[in-house]
Amino acid sequence: MEVKLSVQRCHPDARPASWWQDYTVDVPEHATVLDALLAVRDDQDETLTLRCSCRSHICGSCTMRINGRSTLGCKTKLDAARARLREGEPIRIQPAGNMAVIKDLAVNLEGFFDKVKAVTPYLQPTGPEPEREYIVPNEAMLTVREAMACILCGACVSACNSLEAEPRFLGPAALAKAWRFTEDPRDGRDAERLEFLSSVPGGIWDCTHCFACVEVCPKDVRPMERILELRRRSMEAGFTDNNGSRHSQAFLDTISRSGRLDETRVAMRSVRGPSELLEWTPVGVKSFLRGKVPLRHKPIPGALRVKAIFAAAEAQGRRDSKRGAR
Amino acid sequence: MNVAYYPGCVAKGGAPELYRSVKLILEPLGITPTELFDAACTGAGVLTERNPLLADALNGRTFAMAEKRGMPIMTICSTCTGTMLACNERLQDAGYRGRVNELLAPEKYEYQGTTQIKHLLWILVEGVGLERVRALVRRPLSGLRVAPFYGCYLVRPSALVSADHPDRDTYLEQLVAALGGEPVEYESARKCCGFPVITMNRDAGLRMTGRNIEDAKSHGADVMVTPCPLCHLNLDGQQHEAARALGVPLGVPILHLPQLIGLAFGFTPRQLGMSHHLVRPGAVLERYAESATV
Repeated sequence: MEVKLSVQRCHPDARPASWWQDYTVDVPEHATVLDALLAVRDDQDETLTLRCSCRSHICGSCTMRINGRSTLGCKTKLDAARARLREGEPIRIQPAGNMAVIKDLAVNLEGFFDKVKAVTPYLQPTGPEPEREYIVPNEAMLTVREAMACILCGACVSACNSLEAEPRFLGPAALAKAWRFTEDPRDGRDAERLEFLSSVPGGIWDCTHCFACVEVCPKDVRPMERILELRRRSMEAGFTDNNGSRHSQAFLDTISRSGRLDETRVAMRSVRGPSELLEWTPVGVKSFLRGKVPLRHKPIPGALRVKAIFAAAEAQGRRDSKRGAR
Repeated sequence: MNVAYYPGCVAKGGAPELYRSVKLILEPLGITPTELFDAACTGAGVLTERNPLLADALNGRTFAMAEKRGMPIMTICSTCTGTMLACNERLQDAGYRGRVNELLAPEKYEYQGTTQIKHLLWILVEGVGLERVRALVRRPLSGLRVAPFYGCYLVRPSALVSADHPDRDTYLEQLVAALGGEPVEYESARKCCGFPVITMNRDAGLRMTGRNIEDAKSHGADVMVTPCPLCHLNLDGQQHEAARALGVPLGVPILHLPQLIGLAFGFTPRQLGMSHHLVRPGAVLERYAESATV
């Protein structure tokens, strides 16, 4: 089967440093995008640089963007890659995003691993050491195992919308890893971990909730969901002196009071003190002048009944977490 | 078509022009809304993060209201849609639904799990049909280059959004074309607008907004269109600040989805509430200033 590929080449010393190169390659129908790229390298252009090893989505080396989507080259069949293309349109291949390109499809992973290391990615037990191994209940490991499936391929980091705008963001892979240790019953440093993750620049509150990482993870780790859980746990642990917690609490309060979101109140209560509020003033004034700030926040008719649901659900939540703690 | 209309909080707060423009276009489209005045906020994912049971109860209550009327819910916000879809998915589990229904019992609501949740955009393409929309166009958007901006939750997670409708991530382009406009292809169309972090990391939120607009503009967009009022709050409301933060001129009018449809149906920018926008419709929409409705 003949396949057209358009590869974004990159060589920092070349001028221009980046250009698109088209290849046509003959590969079997069941082949993957990685197979096609390797065929190009073997038969047509030995200067094409890419990483790969296992070819069976275990090693996490061949992360790239295929038609704009971050994924593993070895996990993407050519059929799937071509499914939504127009007749004759080539499959577009680019290096992983949010990482500096060394050459062609090989990116610099140092920053990626630095962030993984920053979350102390190993068990830190406290208390007396058991005589033999640590015994954990199976159920406790079932959820932890979901995040342990991570193969550190960086597809989530490549796709992360927050990282594009905030390079300090620890990112989905590192934070899913952090979650994995806060969930592990053998680890005793939950409080320190949560404090760090909620206060460090680029911590859990910089996730923009876009689902890009959930969408692309080849192992269904669902990093964003882990980050949201870290937020909840950090608030429960009392690490609330940050705009994220303030926003969350203000949000909860306005809905509890009126059944509806009061954007103005939430925005005002989310920021840290008068200096930050001042930054918001020009937008606030303009919005007011354009009639975008309602003078009176009107509750929904059943606001009191919604309030009762809040009380009942929160009591239920407390009972659940007590049961969980036992 | 009868729908249980869930406008969401922002359409009745910070984006009154959205509420107003929806009202104008529904009748010609043959959509009869029954507004769920007593429905609570979906929690926009923030409540789910705090207490999933609470968020599911508030949304289950809304779903039960629609179920009772035998109508699908029509949303006009990507975030409301995404939050509701996720809640509805959890509420398909009968045991869990029972727990949620216990919380709704004092109001005598009992959700059976049958309510469908559809964004206006999906109703237009899947229910009304683009042929019918095309037939309603009084003033084709000829020559208008429109950059679609979806808002995350109308495209992700795809397992929830588009399992049965794989083309939902192209509906805006299809609609723009049906209205006679030129859809602009650019990379940022399905990215985050930056709104969710704007109070936590203002610089990052502004950079996201600014770069999305810059990307659309550099690909020739005259205007952008979004089916999400939260995206609008950032793309329109923060555009001036974003331009300053990036040090580039932007000045791209941001239209709510029903405003774009309204223009093609013959309504004027004024009728569609565009005077509420922080970025004025400007020269590019000047030729729409006279009403062309029949």
